Order: sequence, then C-alpha cells, then structure tokens
Amino acid sequence: MKLTDRDREMLDGVDGEGVALAMQVLVAIGRAFDAEQMGDISRAHVALSNQDADIWFAERLVAGGAVCRIPPTVNPGFCLEFFRHLPGLTPEDMESMERTEAAYRALGAQLTYNCTPYLQGNVPRFGEVTAYSESSATPYMNSVYGARTNRESAQSALCAAVTGRVPIYGLLLDENRKGQVHVHVEPTLTDEFDYHLLGYAVPRKASLQTAFIPVFTGVPANVSPEALMNLGAELNTGGNVPMYHIVGVTPEAPTLEAAFYDEPPGDPVVITADDLAEEQQMLSAEGGAIDFALLGCPHLSLDQLRAIADRIGGRQFKVEFWVMTSFYAKELANRMGIAEVIEKAGGHLVPDTCIDQVVWKHLAGKRGVTDSLKGAYYTQRRDMGFVLRSVGDCVEAAIKGAAS
Amino acid sequence: MTAREVTVIGCRGAAPGRASGPAVVSSDAICFYLVDPPTGTVIESGHAIEGRVIAGSVLVCPGGKGSSVVQADGLYQLAKAGTAPAAVVVAEFDTVLVASAVVVGVPLVRCAPEDFERIRDGDVLDVDSDREVVTIR
Repeated sequence: MKLTDRDREMLDGVDGEGVALAMQVLVAIGRAFDAEQMGDISRAHVALSNQDADIWFAERLVAGGAVCRIPPTVNPGFCLEFFRHLPGLTPEDMESMERTEAAYRALGAQLTYNCTPYLQGNVPRFGEVTAYSESSATPYMNSVYGARTNRESAQSALCAAVTGRVPIYGLLLDENRKGQVHVHVEPTLTDEFDYHLLGYAVPRKASLQTAFIPVFTGVPANVSPEALMNLGAELNTGGNVPMYHIVGVTPEAPTLEAAFYDEPPGDPVVITADDLAEEQQMLSAEGGAIDFALLGCPHLSLDQLRAIADRIGGRQFKVEFWVMTSFYAKELANRMGIAEVIEKAGGHLVPDTCIDQVVWKHLAGKRGVTDSLKGAYYTQRRDMGFVLRSVGDCVEAAIKGAAS
Repeated sequence: MTAREVTVIGCRGAAPGRASGPAVVSSDAICFYLVDPPTGTVIESGHAIEGRVIAGSVLVCPGGKGSSVVQADGLYQLAKAGTAPAAVVVAEFDTVLVASAVVVGVPLVRCAPEDFERIRDGDVLDVDSDREVVTIR
C-alpha cells in the first residue's frame, strides 16, 4: 500500500503514540484488503459501547495523546444523569460509563450518544468518503445517501477519526457498489416493523452469510426513514449487509439495470408475507403475560414517539414501559408535549442509552416486548426473553400487561 | 522430521503473529460475543458449533458476523479470560473481524476457497500470518 509522507509520519509516531497506534490498525486493514492507498474522510461515527474492549482501546489512544482530527459522533452507552438516581446500579456500573465519557471527551468526540446520527447531527452529501460503525448506520449512509463507508468496527472508525484517513478499498470504490442479489418483496409493507422482519429474513432466505449487496424491488417509493433505519439494522445483524439498493428509491438504483451495472440480475429471491410471518414466529417468544416493554433499538425517532403518544389515548401502562431515543428527539418531545403524554401513562423516555447496557439488568430473567429483532438478538447474553411486535402492538401489550 | 504427511498452504495475513492448535471447523460465521468467556464455549443458539469449545483452537470458519461493537468486545473478553482461539482462519475477511483481531492481537489469515476446504476438524494447524502459510498436520 502506498502511504503519503504524512501517513508515514503518523505511523512512525511523529504525532505521538496514540496516532501511531491508530495508523497501525488502519495500515493492517488496508493490507488485508489490498488497498492501494489511504484517503481523507470528511465524517465519522464511532459505535462507542461502554464495553470493556471499548474503554480499553479508547484509553490506550488517550494515553498516547491522540485527539480526533475528524470529531466523530458516537453511539450511546447509558445516560449517567438519567440513571444516577435510579436504584440497582453499583458504583462500578457508574464508573465504567464515567471512564467511557472521560476517554471520548479527551479524544475530542462529539458526545451525541445516539445510534441514528444519519437522521440528524451527522448527515453526509452524496459521494462523501466517511467511516461509520454501527450496524444501522453503515447501510443507511451507503444506501440512502450514496455516501461511502465500509462496514467499520468501533475501533477502526475511531482510528479513522483520529487520523482523518482510511484505507481505500471495498465500498469506497465504484466497482464494489454493484448490486449482487435481486430481492423481490411480494407483500405491500405498511408498518415499520415489517422492515425489521424483512431485514432479518433476507440473509436467511438468500442463504448468504458473507457480505452481499441486495437490490430490492417491490418496496414502496414513499418508504419512511424509520423503515429504512430498521431494514439496515436487521440486514446487518441477521447478515453482513453494509449496503443495499432499492430500485426507484435509493440514489444509485434509478433502475434495476443500473443497480446491477447492466449485468443480468439473475433469478430473484422472493420474500412472501409467509416468510415475514415465519421470521417473526421463529425469533419471537410466545405471546402472553409480559413484565415490561423496551423500545428503541435503533433509537426511536420523534415521529415514532408521536405515534406512541397518539396510540396511548389517555390509558395507563400496566407494566414498565421504556423508550430509548436521542437527546434531540427527547428535547423536541418535551417541547411538543409528547413526552408528557407518555410519562403520564407511566412510561419513560430514556435519552443517550443503548439496549445492551448494564442499566437494564433489573429486567434479566423477565419477559418483555420489543419491536427490535436486533435488540432481542444482542441481549441473549442478558437473559431477557422478548416477544416481538410492532411499536403499536408493544404499546397495546404494555397497557394490557400481555402480548397478543 | 516426522513421517506424517503435512500439507502447506498459502494464505493472506491480516492480524500478525504465529500460533498452533487443533482445528475447530464451523460452517457458520462466528460472532465472538456469543462465546462464553469463562469456558470459550459457543453459546449462540442454532450455531453450527454450538456447545463446542474454541479456547486454544485454530478456529476455521467462513468469516465473521455481528455488529461493529460486539465482535471486538467478544474477542477481547475471551483473550482476557485466556479462552480465545490461538488463531483464526477464514474464507473471507470483513473489516469488523480484521480490526477486532488486529486490536486484540489474535493472528488472523484468509485461505483461498480450495485450500480452505482441505482443512478438517481436528487437524493440527500451524498458522503463520507473518510468512502467510498454514501447515496442516
């Protein structure tokens, strides 16, 4: 791989040990993927996680004096202010998030603590070269905006933010953005929850475990940002899908032919209504009594919060009802009276927090309802059983204390 | 020199280092987050090697899967507990897996499909990422 003089200086430690470490990681990645050179990035998003490896690596960079050249937005751990006064968390639990915050502050990151930066706060133009980690963010950037990012890990995105550089390979190159598998969606999808199911069903039905780029037909042209957020999150959890095309919707797929670079698309993988129902049945716990509802993986948007408030219709929740959202959406929900409606019903709007965090340990061993297949998958280690339903049905379940 | 037959195959190195161990071959991609750190046992429900111990082995699998976060933390927890695989051999690299292996320090290589297919469960493998060779004993 050809390095510029400046790349080599960073690698040799001229900018300190932290920058050198970041450059070493990027060069190793570049060599693995036969990158010919490094290039500048204009934006980055780091999937901060407040997990041990995250703290360990961020503190190594800080100890080496690294500061981000491109201040990245970051994923949530948990909101210190919100949870500090709630029972059940030990001083050690709090200390890990305090260390995470201190490390990322020292690195100069934008402390947004939100997993949907592509909806607000870190929005690219078409064609920008970026480094985004977070499973819902990478496909959204590539697919919906036509910006360019590889499927970065939290650490590789942080190294890119520190140096302002990435190895040029994979989805940063035109030739690798070509559609690979035609997927036709038979039913007309109406609810955003359908896109959670669709995203999870496609890698299974296509029998593909390695990275691939699906090209969708049959998805309505007015598909919502939230539906696309869910689709990407699940495609990239159930499988390894850093980019998709939707014919007539996403910018690099004006036609089926264009998405496949004029090569024959082959026989389509057809997704039926039965496939989606089967996916839900396979992954969901059986309906019945529930102890809690936990929504917001990825963070629910302002529109989704409004839909919840409308759905409540003056009723009360029988079980704990938690919604994770961004600080932007929470602030707007406060101003608009939406938060008040949800809180009056006994629900909680939680900013800056992820489903896969220690703050939810009081829900271990209990049965909940959620709309997120991704959330249910990653909390297998936390012993939370989930019934999977649409956001609207989750609201109903929490009001009744049972999922249909 | 031993009388046993050995096969030497070429590979592409990603995370540097040398290590040896018995091959644990999985037909499913790996998510290290769903491996139990105290024992190194794969706990992912329905996984091709669910219930197998990968600690100290050379894990041979098609590639990595899982979100941008959990792969690195999963591998880090295994390394900290001393239950990480000695090395990993895959058919395809992905950025998350490569970055995780580089950062945590587990040798990782990629073999061409025809060579990858030659590795059998229980073969003893020497993986040398720096010289880019895998020796099957």
